[in-house]
Amino acid sequence: MRMAFWLPVVSLWRRELVRFARDRNRLFGAIGQPLVFWLLLGAGFEKSFAPQGIASGYLEYIYPGILLLILLFTAIFSTISVIEDRREGFMQSVLVAPVSRIGLVLGKVLGGGTLAFLESLIFLVFLIFLDIPISIASLGLTLIFLAVMGIALTALGFAIAWQASSTAGFHAVMNLLLFPMWVLSGAFFPAEGASRWLAYLMAINPLTYGMDGLRQSLYLTTSGANTHLWFCAIISVAFAALTLSAAVWQVYRIKN
Amino acid sequence: MEAAIYVENVSHKFGGRIALDSITLQVMPGEMYGLLGPNGSGKTTLFRMLCTMLPPDHGRIRLMDKNASASAVRANIGVVFQHPSLDARLTVLENLRHQGHLYGLKGRPLSQRIEELLDMMTLTDRAKDRVEVLSGGLQRRVELCKSLLHHPEVLIFDEPCTGLDPGARRRFWDDLDILRRTYGTTLVLTTHFIEEAERCDRIGILDRGRLIAEGSPEELKRTVGREVITLETRDPKGLQLQIEKIVRRDSQIIDGQVRIACDKGQQLLAQLYPLLQEKVQAMTLSVPTLEDVFVQRTGHGFQVEDL
Ligand SMILES: Nc1ncnc2c1ncn2[C@@H]1O[C@H](COP(=O)(O)OP(=O)(O)OP(=O)(O)O)[C@@H](O)[C@H]1O
Ligand SMILES: [Mg+2]
Repeated sequence: MRMAFWLPVVSLWRRELVRFARDRNRLFGAIGQPLVFWLLLGAGFEKSFAPQGIASGYLEYIYPGILLLILLFTAIFSTISVIEDRREGFMQSVLVAPVSRIGLVLGKVLGGGTLAFLESLIFLVFLIFLDIPISIASLGLTLIFLAVMGIALTALGFAIAWQASSTAGFHAVMNLLLFPMWVLSGAFFPAEGASRWLAYLMAINPLTYGMDGLRQSLYLTTSGANTHLWFCAIISVAFAALTLSAAVWQVYRIKN
Repeated sequence: MEAAIYVENVSHKFGGRIALDSITLQVMPGEMYGLLGPNGSGKTTLFRMLCTMLPPDHGRIRLMDKNASASAVRANIGVVFQHPSLDARLTVLENLRHQGHLYGLKGRPLSQRIEELLDMMTLTDRAKDRVEVLSGGLQRRVELCKSLLHHPEVLIFDEPCTGLDPGARRRFWDDLDILRRTYGTTLVLTTHFIEEAERCDRIGILDRGRLIAEGSPEELKRTVGREVITLETRDPKGLQLQIEKIVRRDSQIIDGQVRIACDKGQQLLAQLYPLLQEKVQAMTLSVPTLEDVFVQRTGHGFQVEDL
């Protein structure tokens, strides 16, 4: 007998949302820190940093980067629970239920991805303070990039959390891998001005393309679509597919 | 009769440490089988294998038909874990609904089943409370409901009474009795409480990953002898030698006490009586318990610390 595939997926997804709604700290946790970052960095570098093609300064330059940071933080918050859940908590009963491993990953990742997406939506409100001309097309494309990157980062967080033996280990990975990935995505500074080896690192960083796609979507009204935007979209979707597969693989691989 | 669970020659290592060493046992349909063992004896490891979470390094485990897929087995077992598996932020009802969804239950039939179980466990008026505000005993009862939702044929519990006070424990066992009477379910449970093991139809005693005894509690106790004499003393070694001289009997030193298993305890007690003044602070004659079985087979006390 095959169980309906989507029923547990939807149930796991809904659980993420309900838990989130009941925890005010998380709502502000994932958005507060990036917001402070944005204001401090934006104000601090305003004078000294002048990227080409951007008139209104650093606050505007890192705005899409902060969107990505919010996705990253939310993804980390929502997957960190997996570490304890799996051995001595809620996940145990999911693991002994007749639920496919793919369904388990999808439920959790879509749930976390939805939260990441919603949090970034809140931050999107600050667009009104920036001088970026927005159209339906640019907003729509931005939302698509946010959704895809939200899922990709949550799946990445899941894959790391599933094998972590402690939350401390997870934080170490976050500091040594995820946060540098964000810094080297072009969120902070463009590849053009960076030294050669940094530019190489940025070129092989999959987040770079999500970041770039996000930025180009926001400015779609002024610069128009181009083949590079399509390239960014393809890499981002591929990155999401890869991290999802990695998450599923982890769940199959690790049995104790 | 075909067994409900076969465990055949199962061994497992974590790193270099042997957690289970050639375990073989069978559980019959409708039976209540207890796995008794001290901390670290391998109970949870075996439990995790029974509920399809951990494949054994060696040997075979079979629940139901030998060709059954893991997911078919999962659909037919109800599990309670040693550690809580409820989402503390969700209400009792939300937890149970979610659990139902994992098993493909939904809508009216699910609500009815939940109502029925909440009623059976007298939890109905707590259904809307978040799990985090319930006492440990109530949470454990919700765990029990959770394991029963999908009418499993086999229940597998890992120390279901951890964290419960004696009253709640008694209550839990009464619930189990109701359950068995109502559904005739096969039940495997692990425990480190002797009194709990006594209530099972059959038990297997685990020590350091080995199954050192198996049978009904009565059978096992009979192997020790009819009675046990326990002597409290400050000099167990010396006393042991003396006993050997006086009554020519083997004795064991467990936790600083000297024990003698015997059939005619009263006579023996009379023979040993003179020792009471000089060497022995207290003498007790009792019928053997499962602890005595454990002690006799392993040569050490049930609460081992030197692992
Ligand atoms: N995931 C693991 N990694 C390494 N060692 C483990 C793991 N799980 C269990 N062990 C070891 O295997 C042995 C048996 O552990 P197990 O948890 O099965 O004991 P237990 O009888 O359930 O004990 P308790 O009564 O404390 O729950 C112990 O020595 C334990 O340290
Ligand atoms: Mg255990």
